[in-house]
Amino acid sequence: MSKENSISGQKATTTDEFIKGLWRDNPVFVQVLGMCPVLAVSNTAENALAMGLATAFVLLMSNILVSLLRNFVPKQVRIASYILIIATFVTVTDYAIQAISVELYKSLGAFISLIVVNCLILSRAEAFASKNTVWKSILDALGMGVGFTFALFCLGAVREILGNGSIFNFVIFPEGFQNWIVMILPAGGFFTLAAWLLIINKIQTRKAKT
Amino acid sequence: MSNAANIKMQKPSGSLKMLRAMLAIGMISALLIVMAFELTLPRVQRLKAEALEKAIFKVLPGTVHTEAFGIGTNGTLFKIENGEKPEMTCYAGYDKNEKLVGYAVEASGQGYADIIRILYGYDPKAQVLIGFQVLESKETPGLGDKIEKEQRFLDNFRALDVSLTNEGTLKNTVITVKQGEKQNPWEIDGITGATITSRAIGTIIGASTMEVVPILFHNPGQKDQTVPNQKPMESNE
Repeated sequence: MSKENSISGQKATTTDEFIKGLWRDNPVFVQVLGMCPVLAVSNTAENALAMGLATAFVLLMSNILVSLLRNFVPKQVRIASYILIIATFVTVTDYAIQAISVELYKSLGAFISLIVVNCLILSRAEAFASKNTVWKSILDALGMGVGFTFALFCLGAVREILGNGSIFNFVIFPEGFQNWIVMILPAGGFFTLAAWLLIINKIQTRKAKT
Repeated sequence: MSNAANIKMQKPSGSLKMLRAMLAIGMISALLIVMAFELTLPRVQRLKAEALEKAIFKVLPGTVHTEAFGIGTNGTLFKIENGEKPEMTCYAGYDKNEKLVGYAVEASGQGYADIIRILYGYDPKAQVLIGFQVLESKETPGLGDKIEKEQRFLDNFRALDVSLTNEGTLKNTVITVKQGEKQNPWEIDGITGATITSRAIGTIIGASTMEVVPILFHNPGQKDQTVPNQKPMESNE
């Protein structure tokens, strides 16, 4: 009986590791981490999705490696080693994106290399992967990565629809629609982020009340 | 006290541990990066070459194959052998009858946000520019990037005059004028709202054509030396 209990308890925590990144601790909407790529590369849905996936990949790989090496790396040099690990996977991703599409590489530009300093990844390495098993770290990274991608997509979709009248380059508004150019400029990123934060906070406070 | 003793005891092995950890991670990193680089290199190079070729086809309509030439300091064209990297490169485009369509020339200069890299097509027969394409720009989306999208601006490069004087220099330097004020065939009709960017394009093309066009014009028969069965390119009287 008690064994069963502990198993179901473990299962609950396992799914929880994954779910928390999606909603309760969403890296963008709740933790408000990694704002630089969130604001800069969310001007179209496609860019946002690509950036989100690239970050998720780096997060996953670095979480795995940090977790594997957690008993091997002395505390004094942990930050240095995390940065080294993260930078490695960012470089790998950089080459991979260049090999996938020149267009995509051009539109993501400098922001791929800037994933190195995305505080989301370092914070997951420091706060989670260095203290947990590989399996849990993978789940955590997947949850956070998907949550980050989802948030970026939310911003990118809104900005592309309003700023360009299209989604994934499919024009959805009729000819006469005047594009809100401000939405694809940096300022639009702030507006959209603010609107999303407002909505998410509203939902969460309402949930907390009931 | 025990704490202090502990620290003393740990010190040598501690730093060794740190060194070992950093070295090991460094080795793993190096291995991964080199692997990723080697694996992606052929495809990256192919994609880049394809993108450039696509741009050349666009600025030289009717081209079916291209050939790269280096521009020598003494004003001559030479064929690029494998691996060579001359300071200035241009691409000759040939149509399906092996006749020269024109030359595609790469040029770059300071735009509003960053360096803009462009490619333009030069037709030595008609002595005009016949195509224009932005290769790389970080201009403001919605404003500066109109130079890539706005048809009215791109129409400037259907027949932009770059004819030479008898002395072999450009008659008129290409320049950007205010939107709607284009009067001469060597002027580029600018874009209101993208003044700096459209002016930069004029400056880049102006400077590049001044240097390159006389050289290209006086080297019209490049292809005959490599392919004997080919009509020599007639220069424009």
